[in-house]
Formats: sequence, C-alpha cells, structure tokens
Amino acid sequence: MSDFLTHYAFLIVPIVKIAILVFIVLTVDAYLTWLERKVIAHIQSRWGPHRVGPHGLLQPLADGVKFIFKEDPLPASVDKAAYFIAPFITLMLALTSLAVIPFGPQHFTVFGYETHVGIADVNISLLVLFAITALGVYGVALAGWASNNKYSLLGGLRSSAQMISYELALTLSVVGVLLIAGDFSLRNIVDQQQNGNLGLLGWNIVGFSKDGIGFTQIIGFICFFIAAIAETNRVPFDLPEAESELVAGFHTEYASMKFAMFFIAEYTSMITVSCLATILFFGGWLSPFPASWTFTDYLPSLLLIPFGLWVIFDGIRYETIFGRIVLPGVGAVLTALGAALIVFPPFNDAIQGLFWFLAKVFTFLFVYIWMRGTLPRFRYDQLMSFGWKFLLPVSIANVVLTSAVILWRMH
Amino acid sequence: MTASLFIFFVLAALAVLGAVSLILQRHPIHSALSLIVVMVALAGLYLLMGAEFVAAVQIIVYGGAIMVLFVFVIMLLNAGEEERTNFSKLATYAGIPLAVATAGLIAAAIVRSSSGTLSTAGASGALTSTRTLSMLLFKDFVYPFELTSFLILVAILGAIVLAQREN
Repeated sequence: MSDFLTHYAFLIVPIVKIAILVFIVLTVDAYLTWLERKVIAHIQSRWGPHRVGPHGLLQPLADGVKFIFKEDPLPASVDKAAYFIAPFITLMLALTSLAVIPFGPQHFTVFGYETHVGIADVNISLLVLFAITALGVYGVALAGWASNNKYSLLGGLRSSAQMISYELALTLSVVGVLLIAGDFSLRNIVDQQQNGNLGLLGWNIVGFSKDGIGFTQIIGFICFFIAAIAETNRVPFDLPEAESELVAGFHTEYASMKFAMFFIAEYTSMITVSCLATILFFGGWLSPFPASWTFTDYLPSLLLIPFGLWVIFDGIRYETIFGRIVLPGVGAVLTALGAALIVFPPFNDAIQGLFWFLAKVFTFLFVYIWMRGTLPRFRYDQLMSFGWKFLLPVSIANVVLTSAVILWRMH
Repeated sequence: MTASLFIFFVLAALAVLGAVSLILQRHPIHSALSLIVVMVALAGLYLLMGAEFVAAVQIIVYGGAIMVLFVFVIMLLNAGEEERTNFSKLATYAGIPLAVATAGLIAAAIVRSSSGTLSTAGASGALTSTRTLSMLLFKDFVYPFELTSFLILVAILGAIVLAQREN
C-alpha cells in the first residue's frame, strides 16, 4: 500500500490538494455572499439576513438548497450548445485560475513527494493567470449571445468590450513589479519582497530594498486594482449586469444552478484578484513587522482567543440547536486553537505565513464589498474613456518611470 | 507510450477536431469557438515542447485578444447561419485532389525526415527561457522587431483612415 502511495504520490497529492482547495473556496464563496449582504446592509442602516440561523449564518445553506431545487426553464430558441456551455466555461476558468496561486511559504514532503502550499508552482504563474483571465470573457459573451434576448446580448457585448479594454491596463500595471522581481513566478515575487528586517517597508507598494533596486509601485497597484475590478465585473464597473438598464444583463435568462455557477465564478474571481494583489504588491505571506519583532507572532492567538470567547457567549443567548450547541462548539475550537498556538511555538511559526496571507486577502475582499456599498455605477462612455484615456496611459507611464529608476539605481 | 506522447496525441486530436469543426459548423459563432479550441490546443503543444512563454502568450494574444474581437464582431453584426451551396465544380475536380496531394506530401516529408520514429520534438534552448527570448527580441533582432511593430501601427492607421472616409 505505501509502495503504491510512494509511486503514485505525484498524482494523488495534487488531486487531494485540488479537492481540499475547491471545497474551501466554494465554502468561502458561500459565506462571502453572506458577508456582502451583511456589510452592505449595515452600510445602509439595515440588518441584512438574520432569520435563517443566528446572524443569518445559515442563509448561504438555504440559498444553496433553493438553487438546487429551483426550476430551470430553457428559454425559447436559444442556441443550446452555447447556452449550456457558457456557465461551465465561466466557473471552470474562475476555479482554474486559483491553481497557480501560492498560499504560503512552506514546502513539505508527503510519501516522498515534495510539495507546497498551493496546487501548481510553475515558473510562469503570472502569465498563466493572465491567460486564464483572458479566456474568461467567453463565458459572459457566450451567455449573452446564446440567450436570444436583447438585454443579455447587450450585456455580453458590453462585457467583451470592457474586458478587452481593461485587460491592457491590468497587464501593464504589473510590469513594474516584474521589472523589480525579474521573474514571472509568484513565489519568487513574494520572496523578493522579503528585505531582511524591513518588514512592511520592503513590500512592492512601498518599495525599499536591500540592493536598492526597488521603487514604489503605488501607481501600479492603483491601476491594477481598478482594472481588476473591471475585469471581475464588479461595482462600479458592473455594466454587463446593470439592473437598472439591462434587467440582469448576460445572465437574465439563466436560473437555478446555472445562475449559481455565474455567481460562484464571480466570487471566485474576487478571491483570485485579492490573492494576486496581496502577492504582487503587499508581500504575500510576509509579516508587515520587522523579522526581529518576534512578539508579533502571538497576534493570531490574540485575535483567535477573544473572538472564540465572544462566539461562545453570543451562541448561549440563542434557544435554537445551532445557536446553543454549534456556535459555542465553534467558539471553543477557536479558543483552543488560539491557546494551542501559544503553547506550541513550532505550530505557531508554521501558521504565520498563512495567517498574514489570509488577513490581507480578507482585507481586499472587504474593500470590494465596501465599494459595492459606496460607489455608484459608471456610465458606459465614462467607462470606456476612463479605461483608454486615463488608466492605460498612467500604467504605461508607471512602466517607463519604474524602468528609468531601476536603470538609474543600477548605475 | 510515454505520458508526454499520450498528451501530444490528445492535444493534436483536439486541434485537428477543432479545425475540422471550424469548417463544418454553419454558424459563425460556432466556427469562432472551434478556432479558440484550436488555439488552446496549440498552446498546450507549445507547453509540451517546453516553450512556456510562447504557450502563455499564444493564449493571451490569440485566445484572449484576437478571438474575443472576432466573437465581438460576429455578435455585434448578429450574423446568421450560413447557407449551404453545392460543391462547385472547381472544388470537386481540382480542390480535393490538390488537398489530398498536399497532405500526402507533408506526411511523406515528416516520415522521411524522422526516419520512421515519431516523437515530440524538444524546443531548442533559445526558446525555453523568457530571458533568452527577450534578449533575442530586444537586442539581437531589435530592428526587425521594431520594424514589425511599425508595420502594425501603419496598418492600424490605415484602418482608421478607411473607416473615417465616409464622414
């Protein structure tokens, strides 16, 4: 048996990793919808979902059940092949793009097979990511075209035009980072931002570095984040599904699980973009504090223990099974985890990278939701002129500026 | 059969099927989709040869930019299904024999050059690394490269002039 495992570890380990990642991502997607509704509700002085379970925590589950059991009507005279394939393309590409993202620094060996946190560690991971994003437009465009509905068609057209326009700025905005790192590998881009004891100052967004080649990429980051929001079709760039003009845009004619697939894909792309922004500009899994400040290692415990205790006390107030038993259970696990991190320093060291990575990704996801609760939608001509006349020149200027500074520092 | 040879045959079959379907499909959108399949399969073949950068650029440029433009234009013009016509006489008497002859010629050349053993070719070292590729493009062949981009610029300007003549 162990002989079999050793021989086929190169096949089994990635499959297991993929299964775990897909499970985690789908769960996070589901609770991201809950978080989004909750945060926007509080921005607008409402309560948000609060009927299904304590704080509406079981709402994603109820939504999932609803999606599965809802009727899935086929509209008249659709192009069947394209209509069915479009949500699959969208979801498949959104999930595939997560495959090249490294989530932590560790390398470990399973059955003699050396592996790492993340699925594939390829040396052109950034290019692969852009290639997958570039194909993402087909799902939306096809869905809009195949539905045989003028609103869907307009949504699909808008989406393709928007994605072509903003992809240029997206690609050019990261060239500065590539010039500094000299590498397409996301893992190496993070490692290069580790500048001894500089901590936060060594990240690409600030750009100090030991060998003096770094230069702040704050312009690049702003261009990247704006273009990435447009690529993921989120507010204020959600014109492909502008409900005041196009009903629901490209997914007007989709219901049930097919609609859910578009939805999951959108949230998965949000996660991918947040991971990418973290890796390229905010030091990935690196701690923002200088390496000599070892007391900051206790930050995860410091957050986990009070949060766990709060969950326990909050849960006891409820009279339902979920509130009385499950919430205090979860709270107890979190508190125990926080305590275990203090007791076992090696364990604590191992999760530092993952903790910082997740903290940064969560911050970006929150910004996404925050913007949706705050900003109005662009007009279509504003969107186009902003992309071509402002974002693209600025990102090109960033490339020129960064190259000039690097050249000057090298001499 | 080694794993790489197996993957080669899968990708090659995908590319050929996509190309055949591109011609046989009656709707322009379906043809465009078949062409995307061909592009992606080709990118897979490049990857198999170790040319990672070329593979990624193949998908970004052809799959992500050019084909999106094709699909966009087809959708914008709302092109309908093609009408089938009978084979023209020229196609029957000259086209088919010529196609068969060309295919046979290429196959013969391949079989003769590889002396009967069929295998996937490894890329030459110059193509494998992005660094060497960029050194070639921006140092050794910088003038031809810039000239090509100038040509493309001229073509873009020409297209704009042609489009604006009606006003």
